[in-house]
Amino acid sequence: MNMVEVKGVTKRFGKFTALNGIDLEVKKGEVYGFIGPNGAGKSTTIRVLLGIIQATSGTAKIFGKDVWKDAVEIHRKVVYVPGDVHLWENLTGGEIIDTFLKLRGGINKEKRDALIEKFKLDPRKKAGTYSKGNRQKVALIAAFASEADLFILDEPTSGLDPLMENIFQQCVEEVKYEGKSVLLSSHILSEVEKLCDRVGIIRQGEIIETGTLDELRHLTRTNIIIETEKSAATLSDQSGIHQFTEEAGVYSFQVDPEKLSTVMLKVSELGVKRIESTPPTLEDLFMRHYETDNVAEKR
Amino acid sequence: MLFHQLQFLLRFNARQNWLASIIWTLSIVGITVVVAGTFVNLFGSEQERNTMAQTLENPAMVAMVGPVYGVDDYTTGAMMANQMLLFTAIVIGIMSILMISKLTRKQEEEGKFELIRSMPVGRLSSLSSALILVALVNLIIGMATTFGLIVINVEGIDVEGSIMYGAVLTVTGLMFTGITAVITQLTETSRGATGLSIAVLLLAYFVRAIGDVSSEALSLISPLGLILRTEVYVENIWWPVIVSVVITLVFTVLAFYLHNRRDLGAGLLPSKPGKNEASKLLLSPLGLILRLQRTQVISWLVAMLFLGASYGSVLGDLESFFADNEMFQQLLGDNSEYTMTEQFMTMLMVILSIFATIPMVISFLRVRGEEKKERNTHLLTTGISRYKLLSYYLGVSVVIGVASLFITLYGLWAAGAAVMDDPIPLENILIAGTSYLPAMLIILAIANLLFAFLPKWTSLVWAYLVFSFFTVYLGGMIDIPEWLANISSFNHIPQIPVDEFTWSPLVVLVLIGIIALIVSQFGYRNRDEIG
Repeated sequence: MNMVEVKGVTKRFGKFTALNGIDLEVKKGEVYGFIGPNGAGKSTTIRVLLGIIQATSGTAKIFGKDVWKDAVEIHRKVVYVPGDVHLWENLTGGEIIDTFLKLRGGINKEKRDALIEKFKLDPRKKAGTYSKGNRQKVALIAAFASEADLFILDEPTSGLDPLMENIFQQCVEEVKYEGKSVLLSSHILSEVEKLCDRVGIIRQGEIIETGTLDELRHLTRTNIIIETEKSAATLSDQSGIHQFTEEAGVYSFQVDPEKLSTVMLKVSELGVKRIESTPPTLEDLFMRHYETDNVAEKR
Repeated sequence: MLFHQLQFLLRFNARQNWLASIIWTLSIVGITVVVAGTFVNLFGSEQERNTMAQTLENPAMVAMVGPVYGVDDYTTGAMMANQMLLFTAIVIGIMSILMISKLTRKQEEEGKFELIRSMPVGRLSSLSSALILVALVNLIIGMATTFGLIVINVEGIDVEGSIMYGAVLTVTGLMFTGITAVITQLTETSRGATGLSIAVLLLAYFVRAIGDVSSEALSLISPLGLILRTEVYVENIWWPVIVSVVITLVFTVLAFYLHNRRDLGAGLLPSKPGKNEASKLLLSPLGLILRLQRTQVISWLVAMLFLGASYGSVLGDLESFFADNEMFQQLLGDNSEYTMTEQFMTMLMVILSIFATIPMVISFLRVRGEEKKERNTHLLTTGISRYKLLSYYLGVSVVIGVASLFITLYGLWAAGAAVMDDPIPLENILIAGTSYLPAMLIILAIANLLFAFLPKWTSLVWAYLVFSFFTVYLGGMIDIPEWLANISSFNHIPQIPVDEFTWSPLVVLVLIGIIALIVSQFGYRNRDEIG
């Protein structure tokens, strides 16, 4: 069963179209990475999913229920962590965590205290004195100490240090191990690469790419580095090869997936001394879409 | 090089705070000058002023506004200083507290201070620029007040007294500038600094209140008691002003000393750790909503009690007072069937019920404030419906509105009973007050409708409340067309005992109110959360 199912969701604010026909699915027990540049519509999509704002058209369902009409029922089993956590300045971190936990059902004191310890939060300080990172910790502790089937996390680690981010990743993996689903919006691509089973890339309110990382990689160029006996300079004119560079006899370039076999044939004629091929990183994927975006704008 | 780049920082701060400074200046100076003008009209004759002086001489009023000076020759100036100086001084004190706290601790808290300190500026430049800026605003307000009072050219408001009046305002502001500057070194947060400084101000007020009634020495301990000893427009005594300046200097030097010693971001008072776990109360959405406005609600209710009591304490001398005052007779209209006190009471009821509406509206508007800060999302994404959320805020504000109305009325009755020969029965006051609840409900309903359908304009409800106040307050003096006055919900409430009591307008108002509340529920349910 799909935990989250979004079909053709469009959201307009006046004349501005923030989301334009979004399709998205999060399956049970999977971590779904939702990536895109700032202002692409990640948070708007999440706000629609949370029933905080209403989609102009299209359907969005969580647990098979309508996100707007059945918001209350859905929220009993959903946990949300915003990227910019606003807390009540005159309550302490501990008080806020307890309040959130109680609102979501009940306080599992053991889990709560363990997480406070893990994230190294001082729960006795007033929220007004917390830094951005500490405010995020409050929200994350309250989230991971709750019983929920779906975790919606909107750039939850933007203020955390690498140590804490590591702990965050452990928490996500634990949750996943327990068979729960996670929708993780992020632009820390290494994090998404590490945690997510499937990824959706959003740009200007449209999902432009979606699938498992492997699937996405098939669509993109492979990075290849070779060292050859003969000069490989001729390869630069070969169609399907991009960003060809040479440095001290070592050539590096990218190859379109459909031209890979032709290119490899050519390469083998040159007397290969060394060959390395790396799959494109998520950053490569992301940058490629971003670049075409810029080109489109220039036109 | 402690003061390097001071001039630049001063200009920088001034540029960010000029608008607030101008608004404060215009409000304080404007109100002072307008009231002085009104007093001339309201209390034109010596006899009227003397009656007023006698009214003000009772201990309740002395505790409220300070001792009466110059009873033998109670000029307009003496009256002005008696009734207005203390409160204006408090306002300028609050202004200084808020400005200093904002310019120092707030900046430090938000990390802006750190940014500035990382640049080649002196270690004391930031604090000095804040102090100088606020001192300048205080000085300008004092001089503008003096100028304004001289310019309106009223008999009894002489030049020397006016200079004194302005000077007292300035030095009060300066004293609290200095006190706050010290307190901001002590606490870790700007909220703490503001809170503690306001607490000091309140303490000063109460020490003075007790002192003015019972012990002159006690009054002199309080900065607010001290400044009243200038006897403005009567004796114009200068030494308290000089002492105030000395106090300011002492606090300023102390603030610099502490500032130079402490670490950035730290406070000198040990910050006590808060609670590790939430109390029972906090564990429900309603409890959370209540807890977040606890302090504010308590302060408002105490303030309302004082407001009621202050009106009540003048009830005793009313008959003789009104008999002499043509202006008030006109204000109330002549209706020989009822005593002046009774007629005054009806007007008082409207005014007090409008005031009692303020904490109710403030409490309700928090729902919009929380929405703007995206904190409603926390509740809405944990299984609480929009209906519930709005109902909780609505329920809390209704309770606060009712409580604040009856506490005000109780204060009115209690103080009235103490000073009147023939006290008004509490029952009558409460019944008269109850009839204003429907009018208050309409205000709340308007706030709800705005919140549900025009959330960005929710604060417009204040405009309606202010409008209601003016139609009532000025309605007697200037002719306001009936249709215009009828826009105010308070205009439809029968003013017992002068009007005959009828149920119909009350029932209609309640029905309209309830329908509006229900419609608002649906409106809010079907709109986006707007940050």
